[in-house]
Amino acid sequence: MDMKPFTPKDNESHPPLIHPPYKSSTSRSPSKDPIIVPQTISELTGPTFDHSELPEHSTDLTMNGRKTGEPLGERIIVTGRILDENGDPVPNAMVEIWQANSAGRYIDSEDHHQAPLDPNFLGAGRMLTDKDGWYRFLTLRPGAYPWGNHPNAWRPPHIHFSIFGANIMTRLVTQMYFEGDPLLQYDPICASASEEARVRMIADFSLEHTEEGFALGYLWDIVIRGPKATPFED
Amino acid sequence: MRCKKQTPSQTVGPFFSYGLTPQQYGYDHSDLGNGDLVTEGTDGEVITITGTIFNGEGGEMKHAVVEIWQADNAGNYADVVVKDRFSGFGRVGTGRGEDPRYRIRTIKPGSVDNDQAPHITLTIFSRGLMHHAFTRLYFSDEVEANAQDPLLQKLPAERRPTLIAQRVEEEGEVIYQFDIHMQGDQETVFLEF
Repeated sequence: MDMKPFTPKDNESHPPLIHPPYKSSTSRSPSKDPIIVPQTISELTGPTFDHSELPEHSTDLTMNGRKTGEPLGERIIVTGRILDENGDPVPNAMVEIWQANSAGRYIDSEDHHQAPLDPNFLGAGRMLTDKDGWYRFLTLRPGAYPWGNHPNAWRPPHIHFSIFGANIMTRLVTQMYFEGDPLLQYDPICASASEEARVRMIADFSLEHTEEGFALGYLWDIVIRGPKATPFED
Repeated sequence: MRCKKQTPSQTVGPFFSYGLTPQQYGYDHSDLGNGDLVTEGTDGEVITITGTIFNGEGGEMKHAVVEIWQADNAGNYADVVVKDRFSGFGRVGTGRGEDPRYRIRTIKPGSVDNDQAPHITLTIFSRGLMHHAFTRLYFSDEVEANAQDPLLQKLPAERRPTLIAQRVEEEGEVIYQFDIHMQGDQETVFLEF
């Protein structure tokens, strides 16, 4: 088992725990600073997953929720690599995604937005990255939807991502946004990250990953904590 | 030498259930992890860890997810998560109804090394939480081991009790009660490694 220490959480890259424009953060996030403790075997390990446990069509969200036919919306391919801070690919990382449908409605029974549910769309998938760290999902472009945070508040279209890397310290849950979206500047969740860091959550349109006659491609690399460089390499 | 910067964390939001904890909430999708880690061949004392997550106003938090990572009875972490074998990985939501709480059936872990008291790592995700919060659950009946544990000893004495789950036995079931307070006088100690 590789027991090299890992890079710390980079607090400049992550949002502050309490970000008052996002109202519910004020009472649901820790108010005290975390206690920094040494990395032990409990942190240098983490759940590792196996291909045999993946459900059918788990990378194709246009297939895995079908009941009567095809789900409605604009097909997109979302792909990229999971990298660590050294720029090395993270193979066999578990990537889970979930999202609203093309009308901006989640299948979640607590979502009461007045937009149609799609009987053929679940909106969730998962996969393991390949040896070069690549993930790839076929899905539908999610819609924007209103929420109650402030007057006329709208969440920009986004896809939720959950990642398990080499150990529990690399755990990351984030959201992917779309290049050029005018809603981004008004969204207190996206804007909770610094201006410099925010761009790292935005997927770029990619002609290279677009499939002719079928679906537009979006490219988004995700960077998680990695092994610390040895003193020699520094 | 770091050439890439970390992707910012974002909240799981309120609508994660069908993606992260689908079976618990009744969706037609398989679970990556769930609230019962005990399989037929699992050695060790079967326990249930459970608790409520409180926000800064004292309210019980729905829309939260707890993941656990723990060693087996012999103090070893699993190499891979597969069904029918003890994986050490669990994931549950706090539910939507009355009395929102997490509840996980597992086994009491062994010591993972010579220094540390038995413990379980908890990762908390929730609406309103921009970055997940790590904490550790220790066991109230491990008084001696806890007194030697390097992490517990590093904490201010008055905050240590926030990491100790209280053992109760109810109708033959061993329950460790471990509430999590996101803020306030009893704010749980959250960790960064």
